[in-house]
Amino acid sequence: MSAAIEEMKTKEIRPQRTSETRDNRVRHLTTHLVLILGAIVILFPIAWMISTSLKSQSQVIQFPPIWIPKPIVWENYRNAITIFPVPFWIFGWNSMYLSLGNVIGSIVSNTIVAFAFARLSFRGSRVLFLLVLSTMMLPQQVTMIPLFILFSKLGWVNTYHPLIVPQFFANAFYVFMLRQFFTTIPRDLDDAARIDGCGVLGLFWRILLPLAAPAVGIIAIFEFTASWNWFLGPLIYLSKMETFPLALALSYLNASYRVLWSELMVVSFIAMLPPLILFFIAQKAYIQGIVVTGVKG
Amino acid sequence: MSISTDSRRLGVGHVPRKPRSRQRSEELMAYLLISPWIIGFALFILGPMLASFGLSFLETNLFSWEYVGLKNYTTLFSTDATRSLFWVSLYNTVYYVFFSIPLTIGAGFFIAVLLNQDMRGRSAYRVIYYLPSIIPGIAASVVWLYLFQPDFGVINWLFSAVGIEGVRWLYDPRTAKMAFVIMSVWGAGGNMLIFLAGLQGIPTELYEAAKIDGAVAWSRLRHITLPLMSPTIFFVVITNIIASFQVFTNVYVMTNGDGGPANSTMMYVLHIYLVAFRQYRLGYASALAWVLFVILLLFTLLVFKSSSLWVYYETEVGGKRE
Repeated sequence: MSAAIEEMKTKEIRPQRTSETRDNRVRHLTTHLVLILGAIVILFPIAWMISTSLKSQSQVIQFPPIWIPKPIVWENYRNAITIFPVPFWIFGWNSMYLSLGNVIGSIVSNTIVAFAFARLSFRGSRVLFLLVLSTMMLPQQVTMIPLFILFSKLGWVNTYHPLIVPQFFANAFYVFMLRQFFTTIPRDLDDAARIDGCGVLGLFWRILLPLAAPAVGIIAIFEFTASWNWFLGPLIYLSKMETFPLALALSYLNASYRVLWSELMVVSFIAMLPPLILFFIAQKAYIQGIVVTGVKG
Repeated sequence: MSISTDSRRLGVGHVPRKPRSRQRSEELMAYLLISPWIIGFALFILGPMLASFGLSFLETNLFSWEYVGLKNYTTLFSTDATRSLFWVSLYNTVYYVFFSIPLTIGAGFFIAVLLNQDMRGRSAYRVIYYLPSIIPGIAASVVWLYLFQPDFGVINWLFSAVGIEGVRWLYDPRTAKMAFVIMSVWGAGGNMLIFLAGLQGIPTELYEAAKIDGAVAWSRLRHITLPLMSPTIFFVVITNIIASFQVFTNVYVMTNGDGGPANSTMMYVLHIYLVAFRQYRLGYASALAWVLFVILLLFTLLVFKSSSLWVYYETEVGGKRE
């Protein structure tokens, strides 16, 4: 923090008054310089991942490091996905199943709950909504162990039920976010619909839900990314390799073949791609969503 | 942004008058519609919370259990490190939080201030800085593990350029935690976005007026930006404390799940995980989880209490989003 402030001081306080425009240009230039430097730091590990995924065994451990692999070893990709005792596509399928299951669950449950909180008046709504918000602060470790016992007794270990079913019962962040969105839709619309004989469900299904499509989209993207990247949950419940999502497959590879850096980078790269592509396609909506809720990925 | 202001706006009484029976049926419908959350709250939050409190007085694995009273707690708080890693893991976690939070918040704030001006490439920067938050934690961990390799990692290559050689990073108890702090700063873009949203809520007229009054950039930052941003900073501090205390994935991946070397990266949640799911001491792990809950509550309260000293609320001007 103090470094940041220091930086600003040296950059802006200087009483150069030669000309306003020149001053501005210099300021802009330094800003860009700092930002580009930061961007390089941010992008470097990702570039390094890709570069390493194409290096030969000997180049991977060379010091000083080699920037561009020579020769480019495409076989690393084949090696990496055939190293597992089960076909690699299973991991991708599992990740997809986990993510889509959670996306569907969160959309179905959160839209309904948020609609009720935003548009219907009922006794205790205030208290209940505060309760919803307060659960955001709860560290999941407090509920993790009893839930594990519960789901084990149900015979759900090594299935995806413990990882998907709870998402069908609403989630504080998404309820909050959707409710925020619903409240921005003018109430006149409700009144008009009511006068036309629309019931509560009709109001939700035919008027508000279509209008909330952007917010629902944001939740779908959030939830997809979060489930795709989820590690602790799958780690607890899944122990058979054929049930692993990509995150666990990568963790397995890391634990068993730590020296195979290229192959590790290959699988990291593959695991990273879907959320990354989704982010690039929908980055405007994504960033908007974070801004509205203050939720970080 | 702040949760409490928002709940105040809760829409009771906005609905136009209507016949009593219809109101009743609408109320029933409302309860029906929020029932997924109520059921989920009872089944997956409140129930397990109470259960885990109860479990913390038992010695139990999945198949047998025995009431042991406060034994789990007395073991837990024991300062003998061979019996309890509680203090060790708490120290490690607090160390991590203590360094990581000022750095990530500072970096995030700094970048946000830079980005909060009219300039080319703004949205590109925003996307780039946010990237680390999109990448699976485990993939990022694998890459950073490689970067931190003492013998052929890029970080040591960079350090050798300025004459520092032979830092063992994750293999040295003195530097292992710092490695995770450094990695956390890489993810400062998450905070940046929230700060940027807050900064955009500050009316530009304030800055213009200050400029006319001759305020230099530093005093504009000190007397306009910081006070008006304090509610946002407050929010970020709280959410970051809660999140950083739960650091897990990268520690698990980069230390191969053992919190080494010599327990120097045994973070609190990793400790809970190992006790619960490697040793199956579910009662003891529940006690650990409850203590974590209380610690987080205390920290949050502390920040809340301190907020009257440094958080500035002025609802008419900044801090409020439409």
